Amino acid sequence: MRLVMAMLTLQAAVVAIAFGVAGRADSAARNGVSRGSVEAKIEYCKDCHGLSGQGYHGYLTMPRLAGQNSEYLENQLRAFIARKREKDLFINMARVHGTSPDMQAALSAHFRELNPPPAGGGPRQLVSTGKQIYEDGVPEANVPACTACHGPEARGQDAIPRLAGQLYAYTVKELTRWDKERGQSSAADDTRAVMLPIAHNLSQSQISAIAAYLSYLR
Amino acid sequence: MTRTMRIRVALLAIVSFAVPSLAVGNEPAPVRNCSWCHGTSLNGYATAPRLAGQPAQYIMNQLRSFHRHTRDNPFSRQFMWGAAENLTPATAYGLATYLATLPPRPADDGNPDLAGAGRSLYEEGNPDGNIVACAACHGPNAEGEGQIPRLGGLSYAYLKRRLEQWGEGYHASALPPMPRIAIKLAPNEIEALASYLSFVR
Repeated sequence: MRLVMAMLTLQAAVVAIAFGVAGRADSAARNGVSRGSVEAKIEYCKDCHGLSGQGYHGYLTMPRLAGQNSEYLENQLRAFIARKREKDLFINMARVHGTSPDMQAALSAHFRELNPPPAGGGPRQLVSTGKQIYEDGVPEANVPACTACHGPEARGQDAIPRLAGQLYAYTVKELTRWDKERGQSSAADDTRAVMLPIAHNLSQSQISAIAAYLSYLR
Repeated sequence: MTRTMRIRVALLAIVSFAVPSLAVGNEPAPVRNCSWCHGTSLNGYATAPRLAGQPAQYIMNQLRSFHRHTRDNPFSRQFMWGAAENLTPATAYGLATYLATLPPRPADDGNPDLAGAGRSLYEEGNPDGNIVACAACHGPNAEGEGQIPRLGGLSYAYLKRRLEQWGEGYHASALPPMPRIAIKLAPNEIEALASYLSFVR
């Protein structure tokens, strides 16, 4: 028991140190870029991703960034810049997402804190089916429960993205085109490889149902 | 009214009444009122912009904003407020869905020397200046979609004035991102964009 307590204390200390370091790194990152330049860049992001970061339907579907986990956002910015995502699009995604690491940290910290209501948009009649797939998976198709990684409220954690409130069209597009949009690096050096077989094993109607459920989730 | 203007109006009247027999599909009667200014093929004439090929939702939104006086630049006040005054939603819908089916022709009247700079701004924006890529919303060929207008092939003068007017404080009825994006554009960027877009088909 004493050993367990000691281990727990040690764990707590490690966690505390880790968080402390993370906090310092975060403020150092913000010191690396001026407040004015961060605010101008936030507005630039919102010109496409919606005025409160809730996502926007233009010719492209621009995903919701609000409430997204910082580590995931920073990973995606790096992936765009390294041309591991959407490199064949008619827009130079590496250039339009081009930002310094300090700026990426500041932007990600900003969007993490936003919490506008979801834009919705998915077919209402699919929501209950989507909820069931999200919570139970599709065992006969080797699709695990989404909750296992993305959490019961679909908030994700660290490098695992929040899905709650994401635009219906965006979730459908990503799950339908996972290998094309996310599988563009020769080295599978991040978590996107985990999703490849899952996205592949889902039928189009199952994808629609999951996306509809998530599009209304706060 | 000068003699040439009188002749022109007379010609327009004749031509626009002749349009129904030439038009494809079921042209709604009020289209004749549009072609007085916007040209017999609705491809724009002088300061009146091309309507052919605009997404229907965009046309309906504009007609509603003329009707409600929220699009308030000088030509809108002078011409379109009156034109849209007695327009019912059903008529606006009929007009918009018809106009969307007409084939658009490019104006080709920009400065070709600026088209390259305009294209780069259109496709990539100016990230250092925090100007977003127009193509993200307006599409790779500036075709627009839904409430987002087709910009490809509109006339240089119209595109330039619209982009300038947001900076001058006119309410052009667009949804939030557009006015604040346009305000950030420098005069030479506006000229480059308007030039490039006038050639896009």
